[in-house]
Amino acid sequence: MLELSGISAGYAGAQTLFDLSMRVEAGEAVAVIGANGAGKTTLLRVISGMLPARSGSMTMDGVSLRDSPPHRIVETGIAHVPESRRLFPRLSVESNLKMGAFIPAARARFRERLDYVYGLFPRLKERRSQLAGTMSGGEQQMCAIGRALMSGPKLVLLDEPSMGLAPVVVQQVFDLVRRIRQEGYTVLIVEQNVRQVLKVADRGYLIEVGRIRAGGTAAELLASDAVRDAYMGI
Amino acid sequence: MSRVALRPTRGIPPLAWSALGAAALLAVPILIRYGAPGSERYYLHILIQILIWSFIYTGWSLMGRFGLTSLGHGAFTGIGAYTTVLLWNVAGLSPWLGIPVGIGLATAAALLVAYPCFSLRITGHYFALMTLALTEFVRLCIVGWRDYTGGSLGTQPQRAPGGVSITALQFEPDRVLSYYIALALWALGLWMWLRVDRSMDRYALDAASQDEEAAASVGVDVTREKLKITGLSAAMCALGGAVYGQYQMYIGPDTIAGLGVSLNIVFGTIAGGLSVLLGPTVGAVFTQLLSEVLRVAVQGSGLTAQLGSAALALDTAIYGALLIFFIIYMPKGILGTILEARRRRRAGAP
Repeated sequence: MLELSGISAGYAGAQTLFDLSMRVEAGEAVAVIGANGAGKTTLLRVISGMLPARSGSMTMDGVSLRDSPPHRIVETGIAHVPESRRLFPRLSVESNLKMGAFIPAARARFRERLDYVYGLFPRLKERRSQLAGTMSGGEQQMCAIGRALMSGPKLVLLDEPSMGLAPVVVQQVFDLVRRIRQEGYTVLIVEQNVRQVLKVADRGYLIEVGRIRAGGTAAELLASDAVRDAYMGI
Repeated sequence: MSRVALRPTRGIPPLAWSALGAAALLAVPILIRYGAPGSERYYLHILIQILIWSFIYTGWSLMGRFGLTSLGHGAFTGIGAYTTVLLWNVAGLSPWLGIPVGIGLATAAALLVAYPCFSLRITGHYFALMTLALTEFVRLCIVGWRDYTGGSLGTQPQRAPGGVSITALQFEPDRVLSYYIALALWALGLWMWLRVDRSMDRYALDAASQDEEAAASVGVDVTREKLKITGLSAAMCALGGAVYGQYQMYIGPDTIAGLGVSLNIVFGTIAGGLSVLLGPTVGAVFTQLLSEVLRVAVQGSGLTAQLGSAALALDTAIYGALLIFFIIYMPKGILGTILEARRRRRAGAP
């Protein structure tokens, strides 16, 4: 479904991704793990078009995404749940969801998508008129995922969904991720919470300092020395 | 598709009140004729000025309400007014064609400055400074081309023979006609505001003003949305500036172009209420009346005799101080604060 090959990217004066290649097949959940600053968030920003890649190629279902602006990439069926949720704090929950259906194709099916998301996350329906910025962290993450689903995506990019949440809530957030997997969405998830995310994902990549260090099935990664030594604290 | 309001728009009066208000505004010239026969021209003049500035303020608020604080609108009013008058005076081109040219030039100037700002994500203070530079650039051009523009003294459109002229778009001698033209302009401004308010663009801009990256992530073409509203806002201000010039029959860098005009637009709109339909209008009523009352009071007080020409600036100083007071203590503006208080009271009632 999504294929990256030889992607390099970075910010002014600092390259963060070096010749990175990876793929995500339809129906998979793929985890990208790595330490702070490894380039995980940059990777998702490149995929969603927030940050143009410097070189390499990137295709979604065979169509090139290189140099497409974010609004075009949303239209190809990629929805990005950004780091630290990035809701519209002064809009209600329902308005946040409405913004999720901003692209014309999704706008036409707004009611249907809204009922679907409310069916999936009934809590959001209870909170529909509350300002998004006043909800708890877990609920905000739910709202952010709901907003991403409003565009009717095929692939959902999740950037550290558990960040800054209490341990109990982290569990709930991973349950949300399981739920959207069951709904048939393809998921690419970036996490520091290695043990948890590898329970949800089929496959994973370990990146260090902008390069892929290891890749394999979740079980392989859990068992690998590279992951165990560096991230599991054993 | 069904409508779900992102945030209920506040401050739009119900239809019955709007109809009543429209009827009252249409009847104003008659009321003045019988109510204040001796000062008919003076009162109409005040009202016309309020209406034209309301239109300009409304144009500014279209982008100002989304956090795009432009100090460049004194350039757009100036480009509109000067293009129209110069094309008429130098090339003999009717303002009916000159005004569209002026609007086109102002929009082009706006987009030229705004495009690099928006695509490089220049926002807030830096955006304000970029637009401020545009204003100063336009003022310097006007002062520099003094052979045509009259420099800092300003210039006048050549009067068409016979007073009121349709081809020359000169209507100033007929104050009642001028009033209705200004009223129509004002109504056009409110209509534009409502159209923007009910469009998807407004939702997109509202979201982008809260979190630009999040807006982009849901598929909003943030740069394009901002450019659209900037272009529209500049076009409205150019039209307002051109009509102002045609009515005043005089244009000068201090009255219709430059930083002073930009600041008046910004202060007036914020004093009235930035994100409510009639906020800019209330702001124009307030600022125009305040400056008029202060002018009459200061000049009639005999202070001029004691302080000499220093007293001439006293009304402007008091005006400025009052505006600062309003912006600090009423950040939502006069109308915004009133509507908010009313809503609180209703929400508090059982």
